[in-house]
Amino acid sequence: MGSNMAEQHPVGFQWVVEAKERGAKVIHVDPRFTRTSAMADRHVPIRPGSDIAFLGGIINYIFEHDAWFKEYVQSYTNAPVLIREDFVDSEDNDGFFSGWDPDSRAYDIETWGYDETSTETAAGKREQQGDVSGEQAHGAHGMKLERGEPPHVDETMQHERCVLQITRRHFARYTPQLVAALCGCSEEEFLSVARALCENSGRERTSALVYAVGWTQHTVGVQNIRAGSIIQMLLGNMGRPGGGILALRGHANIQGSTDIPTLYNILPGYIPMPHPAAEGSLDRFIELNSPQTGAWGNLRNYAVSLLKAWWGDAATEENDYCFNHLPRINGDHSHYAMMLKMLDGGVQGMFCAGQNPTVGSANSKLMRLALAKLDWLVVRDLQMVETATFWKDSPEHESGETRAEDIQTEVFFLPAAAHTEKEGCFTNTQRVLQWREKACDPPGEARSELHWIYHLGRLVREKLAGSEDPKNRPILELTWDYPVEGRLQEPEAEAVLREIGGHGADGNPLPSYDDLKPDGSTRCGSWIHAGIYADGVNQAARRKPGSEQNWIAAEWGWAWPKNVRILYNRASADPQGKPWSERKRYVWWDEPEGKWTSSGDAPDFPVTKAPDYRPEKDAKALDAIRGDKAFIITPDGRSWMFAPTGLVDGPLPSHFEPHESHVHNPLHDQQRNPTRQQFSRPENLYDPAGPGQQVFPYALSTYRLTEHHTAGGMSRTLPYLAELQPEFFVEVSPALARERGLEHGDWATIITARAAVEARVMVTERVKPLRIQGRELHLVGAPYHWGGTGLATGDSANELLPIVLDNNVHINEYKVATCDIRPGRRPRGPARLELVDGYRARAGVKP
Amino acid sequence: MSGSAGGAPSRSAGDPAPRSATGASGAASYHGQQILKSPVWSWEIPTYFFVGGVAGASATLAYAAELRGSEQLGRRAWLTASGAIMVCPGLLISDLGRPARFVNMLRMFKVTSPMSVGSWILSVSGATTALAGVHALTGRLAPGAAVARPIAAVSGLALSTYTAALLADTAVPAWHEARQTLPFVFGAGAAASAAGAVTALTPVRSAAPARRLAIGAAGAELLATQLMESRLGMHAETFHRGRARTLRWTSRACLSAGATLLARAGARSRPA
Amino acid sequence: MKLAVEQWPASYGSEAKSRRGFFTDTSVCIGCKACEVACKEWNHVPAAPHGFTGKSYDNSLALGADRWRHVAFIEQRVAADVQDGGSLVQSAARAQAIDGGVATYQEGDGVRWLMSSDVCKHCTDAACLEVCPTGSLFRTEFGTVVVQEDICNGCGYCVSACPFGVIDRREDDGRAWKCTLCYDRLKDDQTPACAQACPTQSIQYGELDELRERAQRRVQKLRDAGQDKARLYLSDDSDGVGGAGAFFLLLDEPEVYGLPPDPVDTTRSLDSIWRSTAAGALALGLGIAAAVLGGRR
Ligand SMILES: Nc1nc2c(c(=O)[nH]1)N[C@H]1C(S)=C(S)[C@@H](COP(=O)(O)OP(=O)(O)OC[C@H]3O[C@@H](n4cnc5c(=O)[nH]c(N)nc54)[C@H](O)[C@@H]3O)O[C@H]1N2
Ligand SMILES: Nc1nc2c(c(=O)[nH]1)N[C@H]1C(S)=C(S)[C@@H](COP(=O)(O)OP(=O)(O)OC[C@H]3O[C@@H](n4cnc5c(=O)[nH]c(N)nc54)[C@H](O)[C@@H]3O)O[C@H]1N2
Ligand code: SF4
Ligand code: SF4
Ligand code: SF4
Ligand code: SF4
Ligand code: SF4
Ligand SMILES: [Mo]
Repeated sequence: MGSNMAEQHPVGFQWVVEAKERGAKVIHVDPRFTRTSAMADRHVPIRPGSDIAFLGGIINYIFEHDAWFKEYVQSYTNAPVLIREDFVDSEDNDGFFSGWDPDSRAYDIETWGYDETSTETAAGKREQQGDVSGEQAHGAHGMKLERGEPPHVDETMQHERCVLQITRRHFARYTPQLVAALCGCSEEEFLSVARALCENSGRERTSALVYAVGWTQHTVGVQNIRAGSIIQMLLGNMGRPGGGILALRGHANIQGSTDIPTLYNILPGYIPMPHPAAEGSLDRFIELNSPQTGAWGNLRNYAVSLLKAWWGDAATEENDYCFNHLPRINGDHSHYAMMLKMLDGGVQGMFCAGQNPTVGSANSKLMRLALAKLDWLVVRDLQMVETATFWKDSPEHESGETRAEDIQTEVFFLPAAAHTEKEGCFTNTQRVLQWREKACDPPGEARSELHWIYHLGRLVREKLAGSEDPKNRPILELTWDYPVEGRLQEPEAEAVLREIGGHGADGNPLPSYDDLKPDGSTRCGSWIHAGIYADGVNQAARRKPGSEQNWIAAEWGWAWPKNVRILYNRASADPQGKPWSERKRYVWWDEPEGKWTSSGDAPDFPVTKAPDYRPEKDAKALDAIRGDKAFIITPDGRSWMFAPTGLVDGPLPSHFEPHESHVHNPLHDQQRNPTRQQFSRPENLYDPAGPGQQVFPYALSTYRLTEHHTAGGMSRTLPYLAELQPEFFVEVSPALARERGLEHGDWATIITARAAVEARVMVTERVKPLRIQGRELHLVGAPYHWGGTGLATGDSANELLPIVLDNNVHINEYKVATCDIRPGRRPRGPARLELVDGYRARAGVKP
Repeated sequence: MSGSAGGAPSRSAGDPAPRSATGASGAASYHGQQILKSPVWSWEIPTYFFVGGVAGASATLAYAAELRGSEQLGRRAWLTASGAIMVCPGLLISDLGRPARFVNMLRMFKVTSPMSVGSWILSVSGATTALAGVHALTGRLAPGAAVARPIAAVSGLALSTYTAALLADTAVPAWHEARQTLPFVFGAGAAASAAGAVTALTPVRSAAPARRLAIGAAGAELLATQLMESRLGMHAETFHRGRARTLRWTSRACLSAGATLLARAGARSRPA
Repeated sequence: MKLAVEQWPASYGSEAKSRRGFFTDTSVCIGCKACEVACKEWNHVPAAPHGFTGKSYDNSLALGADRWRHVAFIEQRVAADVQDGGSLVQSAARAQAIDGGVATYQEGDGVRWLMSSDVCKHCTDAACLEVCPTGSLFRTEFGTVVVQEDICNGCGYCVSACPFGVIDRREDDGRAWKCTLCYDRLKDDQTPACAQACPTQSIQYGELDELRERAQRRVQKLRDAGQDKARLYLSDDSDGVGGAGAFFLLLDEPEVYGLPPDPVDTTRSLDSIWRSTAAGALALGLGIAAAVLGGRR
């Protein structure tokens, strides 16, 4: 659901095919019938942006049919926990939870807390004030709890303020009728999915949800996933073999670049980037970000070890281990925030390494206009991509809006080494790191990222050498001593991996994060990766064939944390530690041995902690987690059906319409996610849309094709791939083709409030009009891979999309917008703008 | 030739185009595409079939004429034969994708490959006919020619008919299914054109046999073609489409015209 | 009248290897085209862009000199039709087109999308090879059919002889090209590039006998699961090409995939061809004799 796995993860999909051979049933919920649908037992088309309605419907179905897994829910989730009396649910308040502040358009999340607790320590709240938001709460640090115990728990789960009852009430209105009306599928289609899920869950069976950006790329992206996780908690599908929620990640190593982030607001291992509110002291930082109980209770160990890894001997107890060398973030510096700032002239220069925003980011024109405001731009890429050539070939030059000679940006292009030309590792969707050898040297001037960053740092340090200026100390005191090798002076990638894996005072690699110390005696570049170099061996490089080990294949690569292949796998046993069923036996308590054993995975639980273990008073960190709780990352060891902290738009998902939508939200007056980030300005205009709006009558959704990769730098430039999908096309139903006189194989022009682009027309039965609230809604499907350079060129779908974001993680709503489509090619020159202006006028679009 | 690529562009990514690849109406097809690859041979090959036929049949005609003692007819026929046969290799070579590798044709002798067999026939018939031709022109090389002539005469028959085997031994239905009759069509065709040519090049007085042959052969070809097409049934369809159709008609027209013309000429030339 | 030429494997004596081939199970093909690309990469086959064809997701159209693997895409409505009212799912359900595990292969909701990777069949009776006048096309020790690029003179005979329209002449270079079943890789005990790249094992490479058994089991499984149109194609020695080294499991009529329903090796009629040719020659001789020898001056 919300992923097109066969097309976007073809290699991973082989396992789906295998599971299917063994009798697994595959259901694909997707607006279009794709190559995944073709392999599925059933395809259910739904309207883009209606997933919470669909998933909420399933949650409601589970309650209605009493299909939830009682013992599991009772001890492994926070369903029995009582929530504060002053909490008000969005269902009773027109779509707003308690704590809404209209002026800051943000929530004070205090009232979402457990009864008699305060979210004072929770990241979420301050994030709101600091406008930093979501990722800071990635660790779900949560609140302070005595002994990891929520103050009030009703084991019967009858209390009206307990999470289970709140959740039940919250989704009570998500009936099959509502689902059908909002999603456009039939009630039978919906029910067949709900039934299948419930029938295939419980002690004996488990179901998995697989999603990707069909869920995330919405102004309710994070809540889509929350809705999915609530289902999995109710059905007892988490921490068990065959269960879980599989987030199919993006670029081959996008998971790795989140764990050791290329993100602006977290440090390695999801440690929040210090906030001004942390007031300059490590202690205060820890106090504010560590809930003290659960795995995050050891934040100090992780943070100090990280600081030691970075600043080495310069980091001492006296100077707070150089805590103040870390930058502070006081605001949203995510991709789009940065580009908008750039547009306003607030950014001087940019390093663009491995990104092609003029094609890959929404509102391509805005991206180009922003880049043109830079003094300098460095593009590191395999190919001369559109982002590197925007200054000379912007479509705006053709339409006469800009002129190449007026663009002052100085552009540097640095050729990059491809993954085959350097060693390193990829982290896949399952958190498994797999080491890659180098196949050959990069050609000509091309260099690896590691080479570039290392030598850039080296040169900067040489320039600053001897400087007394305190602002240079963070750079000068860095441990920047990686061995280099070969003609190219390539830094040794394994040396970096060793730093990440960490070592103790004796210099020996650490076995796991349990061994990290708060006293500066251990160094570790990323706590979740502690142990990847255990026994001095590069664990990620292990390649024991599947045929030589059991199905868990624990000796292939290495998974963080602690080589755990299924997170929270203690939940695969009942509270007493016995497997829920023989069939689903995975991790269990071995009474005689007095420890947790498993079918081959590492137990994600203190190995000798007995099921009947109860924390002492003022126990801390993992000691504060009971023996019958499995989700050790949260302060109470429970999985959060209701999220008191960590989210900026509510503790429970509610259906909100996409930012640009024709459909009336029957659930509340508040039609759209109130916390979504909008940037209404002349360069980023929105369609006021609304039910029955006729100027942009169709729903536009963008997506991928197997044959190309994202913005196309790696596929449109290669002859063998370019020929397979040579031209930008849109997929439309025969019905829409009739309605608009579109000819299969011919050209069409697609217009939104932002722009007009042209594409070839693919008329196909695989796209169907959906009946929404009795009205037919047509979908225009557009792959977004094309741009102006390379072998296969064409207009980019991102010219059409606006910037409008989910405020939890600042992801754009790439999956839904409103558009019109008409036969024929788009006008050239100024006429292109006039066409769009005409539409804007008629639709009443204004900044 | 096999049906050329399928009907109108399909209306949606789904519907297959109306006609199937093999030309069979109604049947399913892959987006209306044809299954077989169209032959890659260009104009040289049909021309070769014609010229080769003329050469082969003329040689036999020449030999027969000599046996009958019609010196003049024989000499003219030899000249026609050798003249024609000189052109053949050129035509074949220029049609190859890699002309320089023409010799590879004689790398082996494969009965499963009429083209291989034909290459040998052409070599033999070429050499002997040429020899006979030289003698006819200059009177030299008599002994050689004596040996060559019968060989040329026989290989001439093969030369003018193996080409039918060449076409028949393909997956192209219109050719393969015609394998029974095609050799007769080609044979008669060769005879007709050879005789026609020789008649034209021979003084009316001595041309009578050639004339007879021409007229007879023309009739025979028309018959054979008719028979072939009726036997082919639906596969003949392709002869009635596009270029094949026009070619077929012009050839038949010429044939009949030529024949009647000759008949008249013959009648007039008959001594009172 | 066929000459008794020594046939594979005898022709190789002790050098002969067990016959290798492909079982292409189209029921698990996800249309990723990895095979098409891997083939081109490994064999340096030139790109041959056609532009946007609108033929579903197929923009490479067919096998040819510059495409030795080709993935076909067929969009269909399944028998479970919507005429008799109700949603696609209802009607599909009526036809047991859903909820039946493998039974519902590619029949999600009334629309079905067949994908299939085509390749040279490496026929047991390979017309291309038999008509090749230069002997450029030959049978390898693995029983596969390969063009020797250093011998082919581009006569084009094989092109018209192949009943599957596989082999073709490359414009600029003049020679005929097709799948070699990765002869070079086989020699080093490597799997062919396309099979190696296939994520779902839709392309299975191996010893032909073993593959055929596997295929039998597979097609039976699909049939039992209600896929009554599932069939094996070219896995039978008694067909028109004596069975093929590369055979297929199809979910519909061969024509639907652009494959001939009953391909025949043209050289099977060789005897009759030569016989009638001889007769033709004879008739020609007699005709000439009659015309010349018979009749007055
Ligand atoms: N071949 C190939 N593989 C790739 C990539 C590539 O470009 N090419 N990109 C990689 C990257 S960066 C990523 S992030 C992943 C993305 O992997 P996917 O998420 O699978 O990629 P998409 O095609 O963008 O979106 C998946 C599906 O979501 C559907 N969809 C759209 N809107 C909605 C909705 O509201 N609800 C639901 N349920 N579905 C919806 C679309 O129709 C589409 O079929 O793929 C990775 N893998
Ligand atoms: N409309 C629409 N827009 C979308 C999406 C969508 O679904 N719809 N999806 C979004 C998603 S999920 C993503 S991830 C983005 C992707 O969008 P971008 O990241 O902007 O586009 P990519 O083409 O992935 O850019 C990666 C570039 O890195 C280069 N590259 C590859 N390897 C290396 C290397 O080792 N070093 C360096 N320096 N460069 C390298 C490639 O050549 C390529 O040009 O697009 C987003 N935009
Ligand atoms: S490109 Fe890489 S990550 Fe994507 S499917 Fe292929 S192997 Fe997997
Ligand atoms: S499929 Fe065609 S090219 Fe391949 S072996 Fe058979 S006849 Fe030859
Ligand atoms: S084209 Fe080449 S391979 Fe084909 S028949 Fe002629 S010589 Fe043989
Ligand atoms: S076997 Fe080799 S040559 Fe034949 S299709 Fe596969 S990759 Fe191409
Ligand atoms: S690689 Fe396999 S799955 Fe992909 S298209 Fe080829 S045969 Fe189908
Ligand atoms: Mo992505």
